[in-house]
Amino acid sequence: MNELKFKIQPAKDVASSPCSCSSVPGQKDTPPAWSVGTIKTPVGNVLKVATDISQSECWEHVKCRASGFRNKYMVPPGLYAVGEPGRDSHVLVSANYKLSFDALRRELKDLNVWILVLDTKGINVWCAAGKGTFGTDEIVRRIALAQLDKVVDHRKVIVPQLGAPGVSAHKVKQATGFRVLYGPVNAKDIPAYIAADCKASREMRTIGFSVKDRFVLTPMEINPAMKKYPLYALLVLVIFGLQPSGIIFKDAVVSGFPFLVFGLTTVFAGAFLTPVLLPVIPFRSFAIKGWIVGVLTTFLTMKLFSPMDTTLVFFTGLFFPLVSSYIALQFTGSTTFTGMTGVKKELKIGIPMYIFGGVVSALALIIFKLNQWGVL
Amino acid sequence: MKYLADVASLGMVSEKCTGCGMCLEVCPHNVFALQSKKAVIIDKDGCMECGACAANCAFGALSVDKGVGCAAAIINSIITGGEPTCGCDTNTGASTGGCC
Repeated sequence: MNELKFKIQPAKDVASSPCSCSSVPGQKDTPPAWSVGTIKTPVGNVLKVATDISQSECWEHVKCRASGFRNKYMVPPGLYAVGEPGRDSHVLVSANYKLSFDALRRELKDLNVWILVLDTKGINVWCAAGKGTFGTDEIVRRIALAQLDKVVDHRKVIVPQLGAPGVSAHKVKQATGFRVLYGPVNAKDIPAYIAADCKASREMRTIGFSVKDRFVLTPMEINPAMKKYPLYALLVLVIFGLQPSGIIFKDAVVSGFPFLVFGLTTVFAGAFLTPVLLPVIPFRSFAIKGWIVGVLTTFLTMKLFSPMDTTLVFFTGLFFPLVSSYIALQFTGSTTFTGMTGVKKELKIGIPMYIFGGVVSALALIIFKLNQWGVL
Repeated sequence: MKYLADVASLGMVSEKCTGCGMCLEVCPHNVFALQSKKAVIIDKDGCMECGACAANCAFGALSVDKGVGCAAAIINSIITGGEPTCGCDTNTGASTGGCC
């Protein structure tokens, strides 16, 4: 047996071993609602987790998808048990973002396995692997902390395939003696993967990006965009209410109203329609995709408010599709297939276009106002 | 779904490849295939530069300019002058994008 590089004191209760992120000193730990007792191991008691997701957890998952709640949704790192695992049971490695942890445990009904939760600071496997927090060092450290070599006889850990960017399997093996087996991309394939003697099919190894996958991501595209909306609305009202005599409330509301609507349809175009319709929108560039959808929604919305002043038509047709394009470009961060070099290329061309378009739009607006005031 | 063509920074030194197949295992986009006991890149445009293959190649045959394909992160890095990383900074709780 290989010697572990890290020697630590045996932990009394491995699963709830001190975690800086959640334990409150001096407070007696109550078992979490998702646990169903403990299981005895040579290194102490290990929490057993339920494979059913409770209703309150379902609600927490919704909150994760829509708000900053996600930033503190964590489980303490360490070893957990599912079912009645023994010395030959598989060890599944996961992140300590509870949404990731739950996505795993809900798929483990009727299985007897161990879960080794890494400290990824509450970040999902994929993002944490990109940063390296789900990585070789943390796996090596966590295997030692959990004294995994005393819990199981075999020397294998199953790591989610999407954790691979942070992990070097050969280095984990060197440091701990444990062989990294890469599991399937999706947790739902784990029972089939285990049943097939830890062999993943090509389908299990391939990441998709279904319409449902894209849909659940849209709230986190819409929210940041809508945060800027009040400021935008204020600007619209000031610009359209502005007269040589001061800010006229009636002008602000009546003339400004269409632009409040354009703002909303633009967010809808860039943060919702583009992500959801992604594969059917022509071109590979997200900036172009967002621009196309922005053009369509802007010109359809314009029909509601026609006839419009020619200068304003020019302003609207130029400005809002560009904003939609910019918002759509942000979605690159949420996809399963965009790479850094590509996004850099888009930005290199896109940012000068956005700046140029913004300046021309502002000039159009100034010309409109000067016309309105009879200066031109 | 494919992203921009001819941009991926994925590179391979075929001489170093032993045909172990690890890259085929970790790549979620089927970029590689085994041909006459060597890995070959069959779909470079499918590469999202996650770095999984390079990290898991024990023989140093693969290289990739690993990074996040995230506009918010890259814009942030241009402004702050740092490396583009996800905005999931646990110290500030701030998130630049919807990614994480």
